[in-house]
Amino acid sequence: MSGTFVGMPAFPRAAREAVRDTTLRGNLRHATRTIRDKRARAVAELDDWAALREAGKQIKDHTLRHLDRYLVQVEEAVTAAGGTVHWAADADEANEIVARLVEETGESEVVKVKSMATQEIALNEALEARGVHAYETDLAELIVQLGKDRPSHILVPAIHRNRGEIRDIFRSEMSEWGRPAPENLTDTPAELAEAARLHLREKFLRAKVGISGANFVVAETGTLVVVESEGNGRMCLTLPETLISVVGIEKIVPRWQDLEVFLQTLPRSSTAERMNPYTSMWTGTTDEDGPRTFHLVLLDNGRTDTLADEVGRQALRCIRCSACLNVCPVYERAGGHAYGSVYPGPIGAILSPQLRGTGSEIDASLPYASSLCGACYEVCPVAIDIPEVLVHLRERVVQGGPAVRGGNRVVLKPAKGHAAERAAMRAAQWAFTRPGALRAGQRLASRTRRLHPRTLPGPGRAWSGSRDLPAVPAEPFRDWWQRTRGGKDGAK
Amino acid sequence: MRVALFLTCVNDTLYPDTGRAVVRLLTRLGVEVDFPTAQTCCGQAHYNTGYRHEAEPLARRFADVFAGYEAIVTPSGSCGAMVRELYPRMGERARAEGRGDTLAAVLAPVVPKTYELTEFLVDVLGVTDVGAYYPHTVTYHPTCHGLRSLGLGDRPRRLLEAVKGLELVELPGAEECCGFGGTFAVKNSDVSAAMGADKVRNAESTGADVLCAADNSCLMHIGGTMARLRTGMRPVHIAEILASTEEAVAA
Amino acid sequence: MSSRERVLGRVRRALADVPADARPYEEAVARDYLREHGQRSVAETVDLLAENLADYRAIVHRCAEEELPGLLARLLSAHGSRTVVVPPGLPAQWTAAADVTLVQDLAASTAPELDEVDSVVTGCAVAVAETGTIVLDGSPDQGRRRITLVPDHHVCVVRVPDQVVPSVPRALERLDPARPLTWISGPSATSDIELDRVEGVHGPRTLEVVLLGGS
Repeated sequence: MSGTFVGMPAFPRAAREAVRDTTLRGNLRHATRTIRDKRARAVAELDDWAALREAGKQIKDHTLRHLDRYLVQVEEAVTAAGGTVHWAADADEANEIVARLVEETGESEVVKVKSMATQEIALNEALEARGVHAYETDLAELIVQLGKDRPSHILVPAIHRNRGEIRDIFRSEMSEWGRPAPENLTDTPAELAEAARLHLREKFLRAKVGISGANFVVAETGTLVVVESEGNGRMCLTLPETLISVVGIEKIVPRWQDLEVFLQTLPRSSTAERMNPYTSMWTGTTDEDGPRTFHLVLLDNGRTDTLADEVGRQALRCIRCSACLNVCPVYERAGGHAYGSVYPGPIGAILSPQLRGTGSEIDASLPYASSLCGACYEVCPVAIDIPEVLVHLRERVVQGGPAVRGGNRVVLKPAKGHAAERAAMRAAQWAFTRPGALRAGQRLASRTRRLHPRTLPGPGRAWSGSRDLPAVPAEPFRDWWQRTRGGKDGAK
Repeated sequence: MRVALFLTCVNDTLYPDTGRAVVRLLTRLGVEVDFPTAQTCCGQAHYNTGYRHEAEPLARRFADVFAGYEAIVTPSGSCGAMVRELYPRMGERARAEGRGDTLAAVLAPVVPKTYELTEFLVDVLGVTDVGAYYPHTVTYHPTCHGLRSLGLGDRPRRLLEAVKGLELVELPGAEECCGFGGTFAVKNSDVSAAMGADKVRNAESTGADVLCAADNSCLMHIGGTMARLRTGMRPVHIAEILASTEEAVAA
Repeated sequence: MSSRERVLGRVRRALADVPADARPYEEAVARDYLREHGQRSVAETVDLLAENLADYRAIVHRCAEEELPGLLARLLSAHGSRTVVVPPGLPAQWTAAADVTLVQDLAASTAPELDEVDSVVTGCAVAVAETGTIVLDGSPDQGRRRITLVPDHHVCVVRVPDQVVPSVPRALERLDPARPLTWISGPSATSDIELDRVEGVHGPRTLEVVLLGGS
């Protein structure tokens, strides 16, 4: 995925920095708590939420089960409607296709609608290398781009920034990219939004090429759907002469009617609105309305590898709503950057190690970036059992085993760095299958209990650095039970 | 009714008071309790850390030890969830790995008759007033696996509300994880500690003397944090509150 | 091998272990959810639309057919609009009373030209009560997508109750996917600063919706 994330440290180390950053903690706490309560209220308005969630899950599962057929159907429908379909097996292929299409227009700048797929493949960097400037037009993406920063949230990539920091970025950076920020810009959100409006207006009005992703692609009609709030999406989708949409192959839904499920669940799950301000739907090209040329780039980039995993494939149901990030207590404290991917939070912890594999230090650490509390699964509008996939990926990390990488079946070796843990788990298993050994260990602990410290040296500090150890009792329960037959002897 | 107490390895080793409380409580309610001493561990820590294959012998052992009982009661939401939610999944995975139906068949009998303590009291025995007396201000933390995997709902709250002398106060952010998470507590100790500290601050803000939960592993983390932060509160397992009577008041 | 064949081949291999699923689409998805939420009279559905439009900061007006020209004249005047873009199929009498220069929606007009226009007046294809949404489908009374995007003030006339549906499922039943569709729920907004909603970004910052009744 994005080159900007290469060489990221493992999650625990990155998270340690974030936990100590009080500004970041405050920003994330404020933003996620605001949206958490609002989401709960928006969802509670629909008394058929559980049925919508189940239908969303079933639509996605059915599509994935027959993905080859639906991909071909998309290709036929989009082509029939006047669009051109391209296929990209990986990020390099997708970037090459888009760069070539832009070059063919003779343009050297493009406007972009916020799109996770193009973030994932680091399209902006690839275009820059070919002399094409890509302007992000979503407010949060603009903040990230101007601040030379990395995204930290799926829906609100600049969630780690508060209004004061955003004002400072606008003041110092906007002039380098185009229209400067107004004099005396304050940190009120309305003024910041206005500054973005003015800054981007000139870019929208002169843009000849727009680049987008899509939230949904309807196979039977060839219709693409972009769900947004600000109107930057509409600008990029309708004003340019050429539109290029890069879409992951898992974004397909079979039928037009399927949108009735997701247009109810997505806005309520993401921005906690009954409906987001703008949704655009287009099918190929329309005479004298919108772009004259439309290209759809269908992106694999690890998705078929994910599809090959019978437990992990449910991650492909994801509609990128961000509800799991907003409710996650680990995300709230670690922040999005610690996940080392454009996909942070619980969904990122199961998506990145599948799309990229578990070979790197960061990807091997992501399945452990969760207390398995299950809050993510509870709010997921397509019922992805994120804890189940996390545990499954932990197994892949420590035990290795069969997997598919780049379309090829491979047998993964157990990851490094788990030798001591593996030995401990095996030792525990040995003791737990021999109650006599367990009992001997318990008794030893009880007899030496006065010698036990409340804090531990070395690796034990991971526990006792912040928590006292529990006191070991005078005898384990099983000794009391055997001594008193469960208190029946009257002994205490 | 004759039931088996599945105490869990953590309670057996570190929290025998909870085990004694369960025995006292159930006996008082007319239940004959047995503690099969061949029991050890359900395998949850192995399973959730990625050692599913190492967890399998422990699950088989559990099924073997407890198969003969009418009901299996455990004072742990997460170990209860391990049996009820994850044992069937272990069976499915073994089948998917081409190892046949044996594991699924061995584990299946114990799954439906395993109950977390508060479920057993409310659903099986049909009681909410267990005749307890506990003269303290208490706040209740619903632990994640009890809350979300087992769906304990308001059962613990109903039991606590019926305890004489007990004042129950609302815990802000109650449904948010305390940060224990098994091996998460050491693998991601900084985030775990931050979550624990927030939980303890919320608990302190209630003015309660006692933070109560139905899982001692979470209470070990919360209690260890309380001690380190030098709060005046203490963690108490719900079984110890419910077992307490006017004749024998628990601390 | 082309990338197309490579991707399709990977998909087929990835699914090789999955038991054959002969269930057709119709049986694979249980549509146990509601077609609409709650039971409402036609008038109540229109009221809900008005309420939800207003909740997301659209300004809602109601009038009868004969009052419309006067109302539109007042709204445009109050906004200080001197130029108004109109789609080709907008009834001429709607804007007859307004003291404005009408700008036609032409294929040749450019985005910078539209940026000089003060307001746009359109009809709509359908309006969704439960979500407070109006949907435009590019019909002659609605025009090209950009005319409702670039000007800063959009006045949209909804014929009630004919164009009002209760819910999202009912709206999709009425719409033609072959047309370019724009679903609008309030003026443009963003949640990008501290996840709090602020109205007014790139799309029209003022959205006025006229619920046009029969008499």
